[in-house]
Amino acid sequence: MKKLASTLPNMILSLGLITISAGAALGGMYMLTKDKIAAQETEQRLTAIRQVAPPFTNDPVADSEKVEVGGLPFVVYPAFENGRFNGAAVEGVTMSGFSGEIVVMCGFDAEGDVVDYRVLRHAETPGLGSKMEEWFRDPAGARSVIGKNPAVTNFTVRKDGGDIDGITAATYSSRAFLEALRNAYEAYREIASANGLKLSGAGASGSDATSGASKQQVGSSDKSGSGDGRHERGRKNRQERGLHKERKGAEQ
Amino acid sequence: MKKYWKIFYNGILPSNPVFVLLLGMCATLGTTSSAMNGLMMGLATTAVLMCSNPAISLLKNLIPDKVRIPAYIVIIASFVTILQLAVSAWMPGLNATLGIFIPLIVVNCIILGRAEAFAGKNGVFASFLDGLGCGLGFLFALTLLGAVREFFGTGRLFGLAIYPEDYGMLLFVLAPGAFIALGYLIALISAITRKKS
Repeated sequence: MKKLASTLPNMILSLGLITISAGAALGGMYMLTKDKIAAQETEQRLTAIRQVAPPFTNDPVADSEKVEVGGLPFVVYPAFENGRFNGAAVEGVTMSGFSGEIVVMCGFDAEGDVVDYRVLRHAETPGLGSKMEEWFRDPAGARSVIGKNPAVTNFTVRKDGGDIDGITAATYSSRAFLEALRNAYEAYREIASANGLKLSGAGASGSDATSGASKQQVGSSDKSGSGDGRHERGRKNRQERGLHKERKGAEQ
Repeated sequence: MKKYWKIFYNGILPSNPVFVLLLGMCATLGTTSSAMNGLMMGLATTAVLMCSNPAISLLKNLIPDKVRIPAYIVIIASFVTILQLAVSAWMPGLNATLGIFIPLIVVNCIILGRAEAFAGKNGVFASFLDGLGCGLGFLFALTLLGAVREFFGTGRLFGLAIYPEDYGMLLFVLAPGAFIALGYLIALISAITRKKS
């Protein structure tokens, strides 16, 4: 077959046919993969939640709630174990990284202690700021944030008068990461109080006494309350949650 | 048979897209911070080249000369998008490491370069071999560059620790290291190929 000459009708016809068939192919492929891709994304998020959150039996994605802290969107995935509020995973973000956005997923238990965290997305310098995934779980020195409570421990780098060792040569990234965690804790506190759980504020350097007391209270109910306290709290949770759902329904 | 072998081999060393033709530098320098990243980008590019080259060769008589560039771009971009959708749907593990690189393939001038220089003038099978050869040449170059940068920068090779990271030169992982490593590799490859001929 001879090559088509470059006349206007030929060009329009040829380009038109190519773009239409390309569009059809893309549309078909999109339809074919759409559900699968959506399922993969939910699965990935659920995997991250499972890694950091305390044990749960509910669907944290379905129960998730958006909270705004410092003008940035935080998503709290509450963890309920048989109706009892067990803590939550918080997907938080900060824009103050060395290269902009850092997205973290951080889990808190009912006492407000950090269970675990994952860095979901970042663009920090490889070899420096990118170390944050391992650094803040390293038991050496005061690096680790695991098991620490933002209400008791000051989640700020040592250089700024805090209690956490920042990454060597990556203070900006460390500051941003800890800021994201502090804000995630604030978002968590809001949801926790909606579930009948009072936690004290983050970075409470002067209010150590109160935060200690509130922690002890929770601890004592664990030991001596023979489950009554928990039960009570659980029932309250469900009631409050029910109310909340109703309110939501009314709004819609 | 010998003719086909020559077409295939041509892209791997004599006109290697990275070391000899210096095409697709943006993707090359940007993605090769580790050997694994380089390998992944190479694989994705090879996959697209293997599809786009025969397709363009098949359609070459239907495309008038004056609109060939937009036609090629539409065909290439479609293949890249289809690949991206397929990978994110069925290979989530691969998508996690490769995801951000796939859309970059559209702007990689090797793909358009091969369409323009080879597929638009040759048969379907020869175009397929040319795509495969160039793709593998690109993959080889990116993996080598990624390995060199990873080794000197972090003391690792494909993620395996060779020497302690503290002795690594961070420069090699950053952008300037990409230029330096590429420069030395080009010199090395051209010294080897020149000796042969």
